Amino acid sequence: MPEPAPGITPPTPALTLVTDAIQDPAVESRSQFRLALERFAHHRLALAGLVVFLLLVLLSTLGSVFWQYSYSTITSDFATGPSPQHPFGTDLIGHDLFAQVMEAEATSVKTAALVALIATTIGTVIGAIAGYYGKLADALLMRFTDLILAVPLLAVLLVLANKLSKQAGSWFWIALILGLLLWTNLARQVRGAFLSLREREFVEAEHAIGASDLRIVFRHMIPNAIGSIVVTATLTVALALLIEAVLSFLGLGIQPPEVSLGSLVSSGQDAATSLPWLFFFPSGFLVVTILSINFIGDGLRDALDPTQRATR
Amino acid sequence: MWIYLLRRLLAGVIVMLVLSFGVFILVALSGNPLAALKATPGVSRATIAAAAAQLHLNEPLADRYWNWLDGLLHGNFGSSYTGQPVGSQIAQRLLVTVKLVVPAVILSVLIGVVVGVISAVRQYKPVDHVSTGLAYLFYSTPVFVLGLLLKDFLAVDVNRAVGHTVLFTVGQSTPGITGTWNVLANEVQHAALPVITLTLVTYATWSRFQRAAMLDVLNADYIRLARAKGLSPRRVLFVHALRNALIPVITVVAIDFAALIGGALVTEIVFSWNGMGQYLFNGLTGAESPDVYAVSGWLMVAGTAVVMFNILADLLYGVLDPRIRNA
Repeated sequence: MPEPAPGITPPTPALTLVTDAIQDPAVESRSQFRLALERFAHHRLALAGLVVFLLLVLLSTLGSVFWQYSYSTITSDFATGPSPQHPFGTDLIGHDLFAQVMEAEATSVKTAALVALIATTIGTVIGAIAGYYGKLADALLMRFTDLILAVPLLAVLLVLANKLSKQAGSWFWIALILGLLLWTNLARQVRGAFLSLREREFVEAEHAIGASDLRIVFRHMIPNAIGSIVVTATLTVALALLIEAVLSFLGLGIQPPEVSLGSLVSSGQDAATSLPWLFFFPSGFLVVTILSINFIGDGLRDALDPTQRATR
Repeated sequence: MWIYLLRRLLAGVIVMLVLSFGVFILVALSGNPLAALKATPGVSRATIAAAAAQLHLNEPLADRYWNWLDGLLHGNFGSSYTGQPVGSQIAQRLLVTVKLVVPAVILSVLIGVVVGVISAVRQYKPVDHVSTGLAYLFYSTPVFVLGLLLKDFLAVDVNRAVGHTVLFTVGQSTPGITGTWNVLANEVQHAALPVITLTLVTYATWSRFQRAAMLDVLNADYIRLARAKGLSPRRVLFVHALRNALIPVITVVAIDFAALIGGALVTEIVFSWNGMGQYLFNGLTGAESPDVYAVSGWLMVAGTAVVMFNILADLLYGVLDPRIRNA
């Protein structure tokens, strides 16, 4: 059993208890942020996910800068298994797989992060406008969102990715396409949150003192909906990693000379039976990265958005 | 009820029209199907012009769309740039996809519901932790990783251990096999790995839905009442709790199933199945791509499935939960 916090003496009436607590330096005030941080820290899997993810990012950044081979260097060893010289082995034409996996990890994470940034911005803005203004804006924007949702995502992705990757197969374009298509979920959530927030007293009070719409939305409503925004943004990173990997696996995502984890698995698959390291290292990194982000998302949901726990 | 259905159908038709127009234009503008022909040395201008005329590439885009739509309304999907009729091709592909998707969905529902219910009833017990961990693992694993793992490692090991090929990894069937039973057995051997792949990635999400729904129901007052009345735990679980906890899951299954009609693209590609997903992929990246007619035909079938199953899901919800019907 935890001991009762110092400074709180049970028999005192409620009011003095509150003032006592405020005056007593032993009881520190805890901000919402602090509370969320503590809840997150209690979620062991989420914490583990965060540590693993940060390690992966660190390793891939350092690895692609300091490792003795670059991802495009062709060494004289080809198709060799893991060794001290090449910890992850080499591929059929002599690329050092460790250097390639590090570079690919960095590219994949970078792409997914940009997707989440774009999708979150669009989703928040569209959801906020629809939910705050309601009526016509709401009807128009939500029909637009429904249309994007009804589009078989994969078909449009294939069309666009096919077109763009042929011209400029850069991670930036792939991220842009994905970002422009993956915002619908968040837009619906933000709209829902705003529809109820705009009826609350503190928003009414802001209107009464003459605050501008922009101020109300950015200073008061978005901070109140930040929990679900952050959670959805995190899960969008995981989704973007998955989709980018699939696109690159199909040869429509990240193009050579750039490498991503999906394209590495794809180029290693023909030799997977005889040179298994070509399959296991990139796909292992892919799965661990996505898993760690899903765990972080789960922890953030518990910490920031306790009402949303039931789904998934 | 009928008015509701009619309104939903009408909205669906409008969505399909807008979608088909958008995709038709997008695909038509995304590349030149004659690029390969143009790049071939020694092909005269006249040949290219004739090919363009044959494929109607020289006509205005709006006219081409209108002609395609006109054909569609008369039940004609047109023919693809390779000259084959899109309608009969899609019918063939649909059959292949159904052979893959239907068993996978049935298995996923069974596994998803059972695992979800056990997880909920034994919340925070070891069994729940294990199934939660597995579900996380499976929906964090890209389909192609799982597929390649089964294809390049499991199948090879199993076939080596048995001494002959038990698990086939390429295509839907071996040609030239006779006898009903032999053909059936052969198809099952081919389908096993892709179906397992699809099942593993699909059941993971559904089991989480089932667990959440079951937990909601188990904490409801009427369940406590049922227990207080002294009903047997089995009766409370299966008759009172499960029937209600299945409702949200059924809608999720219906909507996900509809999306799979459009093809389990990655699974089909890993195991070389000529299903709907492959058809779309070929139409966009194969020879003479982008093939507007193939892709638009695919979109009509896949999109219609999505629209219909969404309506079906809402209707089912109303049938299963009278509170929604009245609202």
